[in-house]
Amino acid sequence: MKAFGELTKGIIKENPVFVMALGLCPLLATSTSVNNAIGMGAAATFVLLCSNIIISLIKNFIPDKIRIPCYILVIASFVTIVDMVMHAYVPQLHKNLGIFIPLIVVNCIILGRAEAFAGKHNVGKSILDAIGMGVGFTLAIILIATIREFLGTGKILEIPILPTSYKPMIVAILPPGAFFTIGLLMGLINMMKNKKQKSGA
Amino acid sequence: MEFSKLFAIIIGSIFINNFVIVRFLGLCPYIGVSKKLDSALGMGMAVIFVMTMASTITWLIYNFLLHPDTSIFGIDLTFLRTITFILSIAVLVQFVEMVIQKTAPALYKALGIYLPLITTNCAVLGVSILNINEQYNFLESIINGISAGIGFTLVLLLMAGIRQRLEFANVPKSLKGMPIAFIIAGCMALAFLGFSGLKI
Repeated sequence: MKAFGELTKGIIKENPVFVMALGLCPLLATSTSVNNAIGMGAAATFVLLCSNIIISLIKNFIPDKIRIPCYILVIASFVTIVDMVMHAYVPQLHKNLGIFIPLIVVNCIILGRAEAFAGKHNVGKSILDAIGMGVGFTLAIILIATIREFLGTGKILEIPILPTSYKPMIVAILPPGAFFTIGLLMGLINMMKNKKQKSGA
Repeated sequence: MEFSKLFAIIIGSIFINNFVIVRFLGLCPYIGVSKKLDSALGMGMAVIFVMTMASTITWLIYNFLLHPDTSIFGIDLTFLRTITFILSIAVLVQFVEMVIQKTAPALYKALGIYLPLITTNCAVLGVSILNINEQYNFLESIINGISAGIGFTLVLLLMAGIRQRLEFANVPKSLKGMPIAFIIAGCMALAFLGFSGLKI
């Protein structure tokens, strides 16, 4: 039951995006379409999972003072692997995500989990934590991308949802749309929390 | 000819493709350190400094150590780009911190707490990678680094000014803190969208 908690805490209770406000740069930059969002979420989750495993395995051999550079080195190796694999098999997605693939290295979720969790816990727990956090991040990015793609083009996953008479709100897929979407979503979550507290008290 | 290209890079990095609100790089400090004007200024100065140094160093590393045609080894090591860049930025930040601490204690006091944060600021790694992707030459890379830093500082200061005023505003309870900061950023992004019509 406890292991299940490690897995699910990243999805809602400690969601890296909405609760801890980590990893915002790739979240806003690559959420212009659901396709890109899934690609980004999968890439980040893969790197998070692999680096959490390796770091929890080697944590006892790393001197405490230089642990951050060591973590970054492990993460950067996996990012390079992801970069090359995506370049070879999904070149279009690789092109769309652009510099945000190499920038997974400095994604604060990954370094944050390495420092806060994998450096202190065993492999099994670290794997569950990584999957939970990765899924939480992926769900958040897909949610934002769905809203933006729907408003901005009237389509979801490039399948038309609205009739052609709908005039797309182009601003939603431009940078301002990203800020408005996440701002309003966070406000909505706060509002639900406030209501819960009121009814609970 | 040369000068007009440099000018285009400067205007492009500060306004048209502003690193924070158009390219979405360096959002964490943008939201996190923009509550007070003086700390925003400190962070901005630190970022300009590190971005300029990082652009210089990573350009030299890429062209003299990694790129097959110009490197001293003559082999293709470009796949090591991400690893070498992030490590050299981390070392650079640490080095800058030590030098400032020894030579200018006053400056260290002002910038000190922001320097370690910069290693994981994606705008620094971002500018280094963009310099390579855009195939800028040495001078252009340095200019791009400086102007990207200036653009970052500009929006950080704007944001800090607005948020200081916002302390006295009557914001709905659910929007307090981060949500309203994002909505302000959205409004700023709308304003900056106006620059995208500029043709240089």
